[in-house]
Amino acid sequence: MKAFYFAWVRERVGRAEEDLSPPPEVATVGELIAWLKTRDETYAAAFENAAVIRAALDKAHVRHEAPIAGAREIAFFPPMTGG
Amino acid sequence: MTPTIRIQSAPFDPAHEAALIEEGRRDIGAVVSFTGLCRDEDGALSALELEHYPGMAEAEIARVAEEALARWPLQALTIIHRHGRILPGEKIVLVIAAARHRGEAFAAAEFLMDYLKTRAPFWKKEHRADGSVGDWVEAKAKDDAAAERWRK
Repeated sequence: MKAFYFAWVRERVGRAEEDLSPPPEVATVGELIAWLKTRDETYAAAFENAAVIRAALDKAHVRHEAPIAGAREIAFFPPMTGG
Repeated sequence: MTPTIRIQSAPFDPAHEAALIEEGRRDIGAVVSFTGLCRDEDGALSALELEHYPGMAEAEIARVAEEALARWPLQALTIIHRHGRILPGEKIVLVIAAARHRGEAFAAAEFLMDYLKTRAPFWKKEHRADGSVGDWVEAKAKDDAAAERWRK
């Protein structure tokens, strides 16, 4: 699946997008975050406070409990500050 | 009624957008327009950089607009949100709601702004007047509370 990062999540990860191939046991958004944190120290730091990070699957907001099966695109970002 | 939704880096003209809504109409009784501008924070800020999630910004604002249309009988609705570098005094966001009566237009415009603040995928980064890059603007609890009150 394609992953996109925005705002300070993007800055901390060090890239705007990448392809992710999580192992099959990674079933939810929250589990994907936990898996990303195991990759290296950069991801561990970027997702350290996972509870504040928001996620979207295929351009729609989801909670961390949401299953990722079938999604083509996932995005991680801080709480929004538009308007 | 199909709302007009635009995500753009270019400036916009609220008066022109309102005129497009009102042109040739005899049924509209109230037009409420909200414009959000970039503040300079007492001279501390030289610009805001607005990052957005292309594609989702349009989709999420369309979802919020659908919720507004389900709640109030709006006759016209325009939402414009800019991205990119925005200078103090420049306009960032525009919501114009038209209805037969002012109550519906006022309520819909306020609902839309409260929801855009917390759901539209935009993030503001500060550029300081001293030339340094400032922080990402933090989401405010009062914005969450403002959106939450519409659920009651």
